Amino acid sequence: MTTPRPVDRRGFLVTSGAAVGVAAAGLEGILSAHRAPAFAQGTKLHVLRWNDFVPACDVELKRQAPEASKALGAEIVFEFINANDLQSRITAAIQSSSGPDIIMMQHNWPFLYAGGVVDVADLAQWQAKEQGAFYPQSESAVKDGARFLALPHSIVGLQFAYRKSWFDDTGQTTWPKTLEELRQVGMKLKKKGRPIGQTLGHTFGDAPAWSYPLLWAFGGAETDKSGKKVVLADGKAAVESVKFMQAFWKDACDEGGLAWDDTNNNRAFMAGEISATLNGASIYIASKRGQDKIKDERGEPLVRDILHGPIPNGPAGSWGYHIPFEHAVMKYGKNVKLAKEFLKWLHGKEHFARWFEIAEGFSVGANKSWENHAMWSKVDGPMKIYRNAAQASRMVGWAGPPNAKATEVYSKYIITDMYAKAVQGMGADDAVKWAAAELQRIYG
Amino acid sequence: MKKIIAGGSTDATGLQVALPRAQAAGGRSTRFLESEGLLAGLLLAPTILLLGVFIAYPFIMGVWLSLSNTSVGNPGEFVGLRNFVKAWDDSIFQTAFRNTFYYTFFATVLKLALGMWLALLLNRHFRGKRIIRASMLLPFIIPTVLSTFAWRWMFDPTFSVLNWLLYRTGLIVTKIPFLSDGDYGMWCAIVVNTWRGMPFFAITLLAGLQTISPDLQEAASLDGANGWQRFWRVTWPLLKPVTLVVVVFSIIQTFSDFQLIYVLTGGGPANSTHLLATYAYQVGVATGLLGEGAAISLFMLPVLFIVVWVQLRYLRRLEGA
Repeated sequence: MTTPRPVDRRGFLVTSGAAVGVAAAGLEGILSAHRAPAFAQGTKLHVLRWNDFVPACDVELKRQAPEASKALGAEIVFEFINANDLQSRITAAIQSSSGPDIIMMQHNWPFLYAGGVVDVADLAQWQAKEQGAFYPQSESAVKDGARFLALPHSIVGLQFAYRKSWFDDTGQTTWPKTLEELRQVGMKLKKKGRPIGQTLGHTFGDAPAWSYPLLWAFGGAETDKSGKKVVLADGKAAVESVKFMQAFWKDACDEGGLAWDDTNNNRAFMAGEISATLNGASIYIASKRGQDKIKDERGEPLVRDILHGPIPNGPAGSWGYHIPFEHAVMKYGKNVKLAKEFLKWLHGKEHFARWFEIAEGFSVGANKSWENHAMWSKVDGPMKIYRNAAQASRMVGWAGPPNAKATEVYSKYIITDMYAKAVQGMGADDAVKWAAAELQRIYG
Repeated sequence: MKKIIAGGSTDATGLQVALPRAQAAGGRSTRFLESEGLLAGLLLAPTILLLGVFIAYPFIMGVWLSLSNTSVGNPGEFVGLRNFVKAWDDSIFQTAFRNTFYYTFFATVLKLALGMWLALLLNRHFRGKRIIRASMLLPFIIPTVLSTFAWRWMFDPTFSVLNWLLYRTGLIVTKIPFLSDGDYGMWCAIVVNTWRGMPFFAITLLAGLQTISPDLQEAASLDGANGWQRFWRVTWPLLKPVTLVVVVFSIIQTFSDFQLIYVLTGGGPANSTHLLATYAYQVGVATGLLGEGAAISLFMLPVLFIVVWVQLRYLRRLEGA
């Protein structure tokens, strides 16, 4: 075996005129030149993402990696880790100035790591030009003035997955329209040993996707529009939402949910332990893809008994918190240009579409135009609700901007803990006061 | 006639001995090595380097971070004691601070009591003693993260095997909220910590027990002492120095415990099982507020310093006596 001669990247780029031309022309240039761009031999691009709740999506990315490697002339390596470990990994990477070149972020995390990421406004403009306008939450999760702290990738919509036959058994043949109706039917279900399952634990997705909308449904907010004045304890909205949660928890929910992460409700639902849970579409998709094994109590494929419904209306209406996902190019990376090229490749219509189709609605595009994709005509009826779900979303920090302070509130689980404390026995007023004091410490 | 063995000097007897011929450089290094101070410095250098790199530097960095508003990606500025004041006023910090003492106290007491009991049992002669002694170390050998995962499954809110067992045997009618209730969660953590740390106590105390001469026990028996009196009057005083060392180690490890809580409860529900280490991690690493996280973790330092100082003083007094 011969050892390849070491290549001086800088020198190579300077002397290789044709290659420089290709690199300067971007992906279009690469594709039209039918050759890989001029990244030094052995260049590797490390991309860190979560373990997708639809494992086939990760398989698709791994399948695309060699294709991208060939197109870009550099090795693309994906690493997948538990979503709850991502934030620690990002901090460690930025502080040690080493680690993945691209990191998948969620929510508005990029604001927390603004000092460690590269502005990708040029890519955002390209993506918006190619695919149309971003959903507001995708854009606000990453846009800091004129800077784009990360490139919006997708949105995971969260809806209630519920057991149709079990709801029918209680006389509730349609999905409840109000939160109070949900509590009423939940009470009947819990009496039958089929509670609703909702996490109030310290976990990245399902907990905030329930606790924030619950606050909004009663008219509550973290701050005013400026994001400077904490208004959580103003008026009765937050207290009323907490009181609802206390009753809902006791009457309708599996009280083990306080210790659940984002996976527990999936397991509990598929094991027939709970009748409904707020979740991404992963329960439906997993039940469908594993229908030979995942059966209901009658021995029928469970998927046939699963429907989806939105968070029902509260006194002030209904909003979801559909979680934006984005890719950040890390400032410490030695291959920033390559990282940007790769994102253009990955987010481009052609390659994103393949991944999007496999997600089957679990993840939707960050740009509204993906609502018009042909996939939606092929998905099962219960999945169609995810098509427009992202439209009815607010962002953490509402009514203020989703800035770094809002991310800090999210990362410390303060809104979720307000409800968790209350269902464990703290008075509703005290729980709101506690949360307002914590918010005050953060928003100053 | 003088007998010359090899190049060297002639000694008083006229016999030439084979001393190595002094080279200019060799002479300098010999003189260097003969200097007691320099040699000591040379021998200490690797240790000082290691301590400096792996203990002093991180410690000094930790102190600096705690006095700054450093956050992830931002170097930060000096803010004095603001982070400490902010932490002290933080209700989650107060819970974590209380929890750390509670957890350390009960886990240490249980480990000491059960470890002593186990050591006394293992100090007796019975068939299969060696296998039992070896297997007892298993909880200590298995990586904490791995064993805690197993416990987490046993305490799982939905699929707990313990709940299933208790329900099937008719001992409970509803699930015990092992990890979904703050108090239960904390006691689950104490149980797991005890399970994991008890072998360390037992083995160390067993080693201590084996240094106690059986003659002393025998003499006490002949004097009419019962089992308890033999333990209290003979065994315990002789075992005290070993026990104190083990307890000091255990307090340090338990007070700064991280892995177990992180895996078992993540500090939840609603922060009710956070310890200082896990809360410092959540604030410093997960949220990226490195300055505040460092300040929270440094609250452990004075407490541990006092514990170690008091116990070492006590040990010195025992040795003096």
